[in-house]
Amino acid sequence: MSSPVESPSNLREKSFLEAVRDTLAHAMRADPTVVVLGEDIAGGAGQGPPLEGAMGGTFGATKGLLEEFGPRRVRDTPISEAGFVGAAVGAAMSGLRPVVDVMWASFTPYCFDQLVNQAAKMRYMSGGQATIPMVLRMAAGAGLRAAAQHSDTFYPLFTHIPGLKVVVPATPAEAEGLLLAAIEDDNPVVFIEHMALYRERGLVPAEPTSMPLGHIGVVRSGNDATVACVGQALTASLEAATELAAAGIDVEVLSVRTLSPLDLDGISASVLRTGRLVVVEESPPRCSVAADIAASVTERAFTALRHPPLRVNAAASPVPFSPVLEDAWLPTAARVASAVRTALAGA
Amino acid sequence: MDETELLAALQAMLRIRLFEDRVRREFGKGDMPGFVHTYVGAEAVAVGVCAHLTDADLITSTHRGHGHCLAKGVPIAPIIAELYGRETGLCKGRGGSMHVADFSKGMLGANAIVGGGISLAVGGALAAQTLGDGRVAVSFFGDGASNEGIFHESLNLAAIWRLPAIFVCENNGWAESTPSSYAISVERIADRADAYGIPGVTVDAADVEAVWAAAGEAIARARRGDGPTLLEARIHRLGGHYVGDPEAYRSREERRLARAHDPIDAARQRLADSGVDVASNITDVENEVVAELDAAFAAAREAPWPDPEEVERDVLAG
Repeated sequence: MSSPVESPSNLREKSFLEAVRDTLAHAMRADPTVVVLGEDIAGGAGQGPPLEGAMGGTFGATKGLLEEFGPRRVRDTPISEAGFVGAAVGAAMSGLRPVVDVMWASFTPYCFDQLVNQAAKMRYMSGGQATIPMVLRMAAGAGLRAAAQHSDTFYPLFTHIPGLKVVVPATPAEAEGLLLAAIEDDNPVVFIEHMALYRERGLVPAEPTSMPLGHIGVVRSGNDATVACVGQALTASLEAATELAAAGIDVEVLSVRTLSPLDLDGISASVLRTGRLVVVEESPPRCSVAADIAASVTERAFTALRHPPLRVNAAASPVPFSPVLEDAWLPTAARVASAVRTALAGA
Repeated sequence: MDETELLAALQAMLRIRLFEDRVRREFGKGDMPGFVHTYVGAEAVAVGVCAHLTDADLITSTHRGHGHCLAKGVPIAPIIAELYGRETGLCKGRGGSMHVADFSKGMLGANAIVGGGISLAVGGALAAQTLGDGRVAVSFFGDGASNEGIFHESLNLAAIWRLPAIFVCENNGWAESTPSSYAISVERIADRADAYGIPGVTVDAADVEAVWAAAGEAIARARRGDGPTLLEARIHRLGGHYVGDPEAYRSREERRLARAHDPIDAARQRLADSGVDVASNITDVENEVVAELDAAFAAAREAPWPDPEEVERDVLAG
């Protein structure tokens, strides 16, 4: 007999984008202090229906929210990332639970002071007085021919900052469960949605259910090597795992999914079993999340390692525009498979 | 402002002045870590504005935040302990002079990033408006901050959303060593309000009554739901940028002239002119503050340091 959560009647198929949208609506229904703000989240602001709210966000992630919750809780902002992210920090300190849409990760340098010096430090600097329950949502990632200023993930930048939680869902179920957990969390959470995932479909619980932050997801079990991947790198990693399986290589694939807090125990436990680690992350290699995980796991599980951990990162350049260059920039299934073979060859 | 209110304002200003003069002296002894910026000469601004606020109302402050704390009702002893980095400090020694905060008094923190508190106050006002709880949010910041992008974004946001926010620019004429006359494109910072379609008012910060009246109007307007105001208070900087600043960039003549615009002297004079016996009305208060300061400094120096094992405490909630 299957458990309730696995019962098809309790699961629904939806896209990553629908999962985000449903979770926002669910959270806003559950808690009147949850508000959303950002650029174009309603669209046509101030004009009234049917123009106002017809757009519902650049990708449609906030469609329908204005209609249901009104303009006080669904606020379109001017293009003032520093201003409205700072306002969200102040609002979070003053009784609201803002979910901010900053549109693209590449735009966040505009609001870095508000995120890094204000949101991340305020609780610490005030000796624990400030509570800042806010979520900063952003679309991120390359592969859409959007060029250098619309394609960053910035995973390591956010992960480096104490005081921020950093969440990178890789599936619709993770998007839903982790977004709900992020909204319910009393800390500033950076929630990074890879654009290439928005149309991906998958099964999610019929009712949004919070998925605790700080735990890896085991997407594919295996014994020969551990592939720990960040966000959309899961796509390439699973493709590599399938290819390797055909060659008799049994890969375990982990979705790291929360970069802060990091489930080092979970990753290490897998590596202690497989003896090999490949970390896959779509950001340039220096000071990357992959570098951090490789170093941390080495400290924890050195004697169990049968090959030095390997990193599969993006190229050390801004994201290029030309499709042939962008494809070369990205971590690919071929590079993941090659890294796993290298790790195994060293046995 | 009647004489009772003016006397109360004078007492509140003296509390700040005595505090800051004492901090300056004690800092010279060398056992206070880091560096401090005092609120000397600006007392009338915090006092004139905060006289209209309750504990529920919100303020954000600057690296020069002791005066804002005191005017908002934060007790002396925990501020002093914070300046010494002790566990008994307002922020348990994690913040120091430039980050003093007391959320129970609506004081959302001194902020050492120039302009850093402005958008936070907009957020406080956004929360107040969304929750409909009648609070207002005041941001204190300097003339230098009016050149930051965040100042302009924040005024625009507050204006388009008609938020209950008051932007109080403490213009002391100097962004550290750079004069406003060089760095600011307009004669009056309050004129920058025109760009956002909100009222901009300039007052002399040596005149606590003028600050009080202008702030009262701005705060009443915000509470009515009529939106934000930019209030520029022109301060005559009586001291250096920080305690120990030799002010090599400033003429002796300007420093001398500034001393003729002490808000405390002005309030005393105004009360004396009205026939109030000022000395008999403030001596007790002065003695009380001095006794409070004596006790606070003695306690702070004896207070426990934070436990080094707890260096990572309070990074995250929960």
